[in-house]
Amino acid sequence: MAIVEHSDGTLAASPDGELRRRDFINIAAVSAAGVGAVATLYPLINQMNPSADVLALASIEVDIAAIQPGQAIKTVFRKQPLFVRHLTPAEIQAANAVAVGELRDPQTLAERTKPGKPQWLITMGVCTHLGCVPLGAAEGENKGDFGGYFCPCHGSHYDTAARIRKGPAPKNLEVPDYAFKSDTVVAIGEVA
Amino acid sequence: MVRLLGILIGLGFVLVAGWSLGWGVYAYLGESHQETPEHRFHLEPRDVAFSFDGPFGKYDRQQLQRGFQVYKEVCASCHGLSFVAFRNLEELGYGEEEVKAIADQWQIEVPAVDPKTGEASTRKALPADKFPNPYPNEVAARAANNNALPPDLSLITKARHGGAPYIVSLLTGYRDPATYRNEEGEALPAETRPGQGLHFNPYFANLNIAMPPPLTADGQVSYADGTNPTREQMATDVAAFLAWSAEPRLENRRAAGLATLIFLIFATILAYVAYQNIWHGGASRAVRRTGPLDPENMAKRDTASAEAGIEG
Amino acid sequence: MSFPWAEEYRPKSGFMRWLDQRLPLPRLVHGAVGGGYPVPRNLNYWWNFGVLAGVALLIQIVTGIVLAMHYVPYDAQAFGSVEHIMRDVNQGWLLRYLHANGASFFFVVTYIHIFRGLYYGSYKAPRELVWMLGLVILLLMMATAFMGYVLPWGQMSFWASKVITGLFGAIPVVGEPVQQWLLGGYAPDQPTLNRFFSLHYLLPFVIAGVVILHIWALHIPGSSNPTGVEVKSAQDTVPFHPYYTAKDGFGLGVFLILLALVTFFAPNYLGHADNYIPANPLSTPSHIVPEWYFWPFYAILRAFTADFILPAKLWGVLAMFGSILLLFFLPWLDPSPVRSGSYRPTFRWFYWILLLDIAVLGWCGGLPAEEPWVMVSQVATIYYFAHFLIILPILSWTERTLPLPASISESVLHGEAREAAPVDLSGFRPAAAE
Repeated sequence: MAIVEHSDGTLAASPDGELRRRDFINIAAVSAAGVGAVATLYPLINQMNPSADVLALASIEVDIAAIQPGQAIKTVFRKQPLFVRHLTPAEIQAANAVAVGELRDPQTLAERTKPGKPQWLITMGVCTHLGCVPLGAAEGENKGDFGGYFCPCHGSHYDTAARIRKGPAPKNLEVPDYAFKSDTVVAIGEVA
Repeated sequence: MVRLLGILIGLGFVLVAGWSLGWGVYAYLGESHQETPEHRFHLEPRDVAFSFDGPFGKYDRQQLQRGFQVYKEVCASCHGLSFVAFRNLEELGYGEEEVKAIADQWQIEVPAVDPKTGEASTRKALPADKFPNPYPNEVAARAANNNALPPDLSLITKARHGGAPYIVSLLTGYRDPATYRNEEGEALPAETRPGQGLHFNPYFANLNIAMPPPLTADGQVSYADGTNPTREQMATDVAAFLAWSAEPRLENRRAAGLATLIFLIFATILAYVAYQNIWHGGASRAVRRTGPLDPENMAKRDTASAEAGIEG
Repeated sequence: MSFPWAEEYRPKSGFMRWLDQRLPLPRLVHGAVGGGYPVPRNLNYWWNFGVLAGVALLIQIVTGIVLAMHYVPYDAQAFGSVEHIMRDVNQGWLLRYLHANGASFFFVVTYIHIFRGLYYGSYKAPRELVWMLGLVILLLMMATAFMGYVLPWGQMSFWASKVITGLFGAIPVVGEPVQQWLLGGYAPDQPTLNRFFSLHYLLPFVIAGVVILHIWALHIPGSSNPTGVEVKSAQDTVPFHPYYTAKDGFGLGVFLILLALVTFFAPNYLGHADNYIPANPLSTPSHIVPEWYFWPFYAILRAFTADFILPAKLWGVLAMFGSILLLFFLPWLDPSPVRSGSYRPTFRWFYWILLLDIAVLGWCGGLPAEEPWVMVSQVATIYYFAHFLIILPILSWTERTLPLPASISESVLHGEAREAAPVDLSGFRPAAAE
């Protein structure tokens, strides 16, 4: 902004805001201050992102040696339930026998497991409808009409590949990123 | 009125403070001034140089790894490091698998609940865990150490005046109380000699420390990288490791500081030039400087006053 | 506002006109810190510190709010949560060090701001209320800083809270119930920590409110200036924007450089090592000291060692609080019509002695309460009370002051040194000096 000095010595800001060459330095100074202000925002916003200790639990290792065929375990991954299920050959066959085109969320068992290990079904234990924990992982729990999982909240039935078959859930149970570290140890949360 | 009251109250405080002063002077002049034994025999930490000294210093990762080895083999059985997680060791240059192995093989296990019976038990450490405490609680720690509590070492270099040099001086500072002489050649008076379970160390504030000398001989630890493990070397390395454990973000902090300062100096110079420009530059240079007391302006003022009929 | 030549607010854009018609915030800002607030043209750099204090408050509030997203006010976890911030929270170390050192810098600029007021007579009529509101801000700052220091629950946090809450126990009759009410128990513990966290979060916003009153009260008579002669005409002033926004911008740059130097390269220099030890109610540190900005008051507190009708401890408490409370009465203790120390040569001598005295008090406050430092702080305490309560009142009766300039513009145009001597102004009828 231009400064005008009146002849009696008073100084005032000039009413017209025309850009003058000498105002360039003023604009440069304000811009530098602006850059500083924006840079200051970065740590203020980034501090709300997950901290290092939370990120450290972003991947876990699960020992699957003790899980017998036909059994499943419930554990915790990123503070949410995780189901690790050891499918029996009969369950694998039942999953593969389904016509994929008829599924609400079309996926084959092979797409939901690792190559060479179709018997290990690892999914999140969170119903894709509104987030309840489905039954079927523990001994004696209701496995629903398709022998997989059953969500008691609104009646979603999942099959032996944890795919939605009946009920309001829109998608199959989510399969997280995981990788086999060995035949008995799986790392969940790591990209293979 | 306020001033009179003020003077009275002021005299009151002055009198009372003077009363304390008087007694203080009387006592000071009366008593003999013997320095306490702590004063006479206490030594300030030695000057020990570290790679991370100065505003641009950095940690020497090899040294930190050696220091970690000393901590693990000499200190960890009594001293916890509970604010450091095993995964932080990756910053020392260990790989992910190495860190997992260190955690898994750590002598002390992490408290856990038996998943089948629900009883309190322990499990092997994971990288995400913090270093587990060697003792379950303070009572157990004191019971095992002659009623002394071995402090946690995570913050020790920030929690002691003198920092890492103090740690080095302390670890190598144990002396024989019978033969020790201070700078003036005085011997330790009888009442300052260490009692049962204490050890004389002039670098320690109270002169007698409950910790027995942890580094007793050269070669106590055999370094993986082949460095000669003298007592001084081991003490320096573990002090550097402890400095890292207290300030793992030291290098980030200094780098960010340098960038910030460069930017701020640049921006402040700009601000200064803009300030000078606004006050003394631009349009105000173009106009001839006149002031209110210059004759033509005074004339204007007189005319205006006369027209308005104002006197003076 | 009482400046008839103040520039009127003229909205530059349609949006600003729309906004100003519905909520006159734009014109408020324009009149308070914009082109519409005339300010004496002769302000020196000592006048930068008020704005710097405001910026320091802003820094504390912003860093404090984000720290509060991670801090846990539970005694078993407080210390650990601060370490969590330092190690695991993204840039947590920066936020924590900024907040801790920002507090120190807040006190530095505030003390300089106060010392400016003491030298230039800013507390005198008609600005007595500005001064008193400022003292209220200082008291709130001290309470906030004290409670904030307790939150990390280190050794110094705990023992400082024990000492300060213990002072209340010295009050006769009601002392002990008041102390227990403050603590929520018999010693600092979980209830104390929790309430300190709540109040520490609240008070800065109370401070912000009082700052608004402080600035509002200032804007009625307008800013004072180094000559202490009030503004007489438009020639004496310049609009706040852009003149003082630019100057304050430069001052802010210097302030931030110094803050960055300490925060990034010596972040624990102003602190105490013992506060990195978790609080232990069963083990007293060898020397309990508060943060450096409380040292002068701590020295006054410990200076009273002998009973005199009342117990010494109570005298210490009365003197410590009295040392600030007497400042409320300064406009009436020192009513000399000449404001600025530049024109009060005798006052100036005593002013420097006062500065030295406060520095000595501060030095003694940081040391253990051993001789000869206790005697030194006793002498310094005597001078402190004598200065404000005895010397200044007497000075206002007896001092000889230098002649004042006729106006600010005269002082600016003809140079301070020249106009201190009588100027031949034949044909000029000066306004009567006050």
